[in-house]
Amino acid sequence: MDVIDGGFFTTVQDGGRIGYRNAGVPVGGVMDAWAYRLANALVGNEGDEAVLEATMSGPTLRFHVETVIAVCGGDFPCTLNGEPMAMWKPVIIRPGDVLKVGVCQAGWRAYIAVSGGIGVPSVMGSRSTYVPAQLGGLSGRPLQPGDVLPIGTAREHNIRKPFRWGLSSDAGRYIDGKTKTVRAVPGPEYSEFTPESRRQFFAARYHVTPQSDRIGYRLSGPALVLGREREMVSEAVVFGTVQVPTSGQPIVLMADSQTTGGYPRIAQVAAADLPVLAQARPGDRIQFQPIAPEEAVQLYIEQQRRLGRWIAAIRRQWGEKDEND
Amino acid sequence: MEYTLFPLCEYAVTVRFASYIDEAVNDIVHETAARLQGERKEGIKEIVPAFSSLTVYYDPVVAGNYADVCAWLRENIGSTGQATRHSTRTIVIPVCYGGEFGPDLADVARFHGMTEDEVVALHSSGRYRVYMIGFSPGFAYLGGLSPRLATPRRSVPRTTVPAGSVGIAGGQTGVYPLATPGGWQLIGRTPLRLFDPHREKPSLLSAGDIVEFRRITAEEFARWREEHDDGRH
Repeated sequence: MDVIDGGFFTTVQDGGRIGYRNAGVPVGGVMDAWAYRLANALVGNEGDEAVLEATMSGPTLRFHVETVIAVCGGDFPCTLNGEPMAMWKPVIIRPGDVLKVGVCQAGWRAYIAVSGGIGVPSVMGSRSTYVPAQLGGLSGRPLQPGDVLPIGTAREHNIRKPFRWGLSSDAGRYIDGKTKTVRAVPGPEYSEFTPESRRQFFAARYHVTPQSDRIGYRLSGPALVLGREREMVSEAVVFGTVQVPTSGQPIVLMADSQTTGGYPRIAQVAAADLPVLAQARPGDRIQFQPIAPEEAVQLYIEQQRRLGRWIAAIRRQWGEKDEND
Repeated sequence: MEYTLFPLCEYAVTVRFASYIDEAVNDIVHETAARLQGERKEGIKEIVPAFSSLTVYYDPVVAGNYADVCAWLRENIGSTGQATRHSTRTIVIPVCYGGEFGPDLADVARFHGMTEDEVVALHSSGRYRVYMIGFSPGFAYLGGLSPRLATPRRSVPRTTVPAGSVGIAGGQTGVYPLATPGGWQLIGRTPLRLFDPHREKPSLLSAGDIVEFRRITAEEFARWREEHDDGRH
C-alpha cells in the first residue's frame, strides 16, 4: 500500500521485541495491546502480526490489493473512498481504495490492521519501530508521504460479500473520559517517599503533559518527595513503571521504556490498565488507585480471558463466513 | 550472600543483592544470572543483570505465579558466599583519541592540568568492568575510570554525538553506541560498532565483560572502517 499522508506520528508496531533486554534494547511494540489484539483478530490474523499505530491524527493510505482491514482504538473518524467507515469491524478493501484515518475525537491512538500484517522485515524478532535507535518498522521512523508498505501473506479466505458484523461499543468503552482511573501497585521505593507524598500520589489527579510519548508520559501535579535523599543504583524498569526524578513530577514509562532506570519507583501501573493509559492524551487527568500485587495479576489474567472470549467470538464469525461464502 | 526478592510487575521479579555498587556484588549478580540461565525453567523468558540486582521476566501462564517463580529462584540461587568467575571476556576497543574524534580532549587535559597524552595514557591503561548494559541499546556502564580523570559533563549538551564516541561524565567513562544527543566530554572515537541489530549478538559488550581501550591513529581508524564496513554507511 502507498502512504499518501503519514498522519501525525504513525509507526509499524507488533507485540514487541522480546529477549534483548540484556543488550539494552527496549521491548517496544504497541501501546494499547487490547485494541491491537482485537484489530488483528478482526482481519483474521493469528494475533502477533504487525499493524500501524496512529497517534492523534491518522494516515491516508492507498491499497493495491484486495484485502481486509480493521481500525480499532480511539475515536478516529475514518473514510473509505470518501464514505464514512466504521471502526471495530472488518472491512473489505479493493485495489485502488483510499483509507483516510482522521483526527482523533476521543482517546489518542488507533490501530490499523491488515489481513496478513504489515510485511516490513523483522529486526531482532520484531517489526516494531523504535525511533530513538532507528530500529525496525519502516527504516526505523514514522510513516512519510511516498512510503510504500508491503503487506504480508494472509491465510486463504474467500470474501465476496461485505462483513455485516463488528464489535459492540463495549470493546472500546475503556477509552472514554477525560479523567482516567488507573490502578497501580506501590513500587519498590514507595515506602521511601514521605507519608504526605504517598497519600498525594493516590489522592491527587495528575495531568498528562504535552511532553508525553511512546517512551514515557510526563505527568504534572503535587510534587512527590523522598523522606531521605539517597543515591539510587540503576535497576530494571518496565512499561508502566512510575519513576520520580528530582523534580518530583512523576513519569510513567511506556512501551518504548528504557530497560533500566535510576530514579525511585513510586508505583507500577497494573498491566490490565495500560491500554487506558495508552489512550490518555495531553490534558487528560490520571487518578491512580492503589491495589495489591496479587490483585494486579488477577486483573491481568481476567483481562486476558475476556480478550480470549472476544477473539473466539470473532473467529466464530470468520468461520461462519468461510462456510457461507 | 543474602538477597531480597520483590515483584517488579505482573511478569517480573527482581533479585536484589545490595543497594550499592560494588565489584564483588556485581560478580555475584553475573554468576547467579549465568547459573539461572543454565537452569532455565519453562516460562522463564529473560534474565537480565544490573549493577547489584538481576531481574527475571516470566510468562505467568506458563511459569506459574510469583510465589512459584520465587520458590524456583530460592532453590537455584543457592547460598554460596563467594562468586567464582569462570570465563571473563576481555574486549579491546581501539580508540582514536583527540582531534575531530575527541573534541573535548584538550578541555579535559586542561581541567586536570595534564597534557593530552597523559590523559590518553591514563584512559587507555585502565581495565574497565561492564557492570551492566542499559540506558540505550548496547550502552555499557563501565566501572574503573581513574579518579584522576573524573570530569564534569559539558554545561551545554551536544544535540548529536556520533556513534562510537568515547566520553567521560563525572566518574564514568563509556562509549555511545548510537548517534544521540549527549553531554559527555568526548575524548575519542572507536571504529567498532557497539550495537548492530543485524549481528547475531547485537550488543558488542555484555554485562560481566572487561574492556580495555587501545590507542589507534586516524589512519588506522580509517583503515578499520574500510576493512570492516560492509558498505552500510
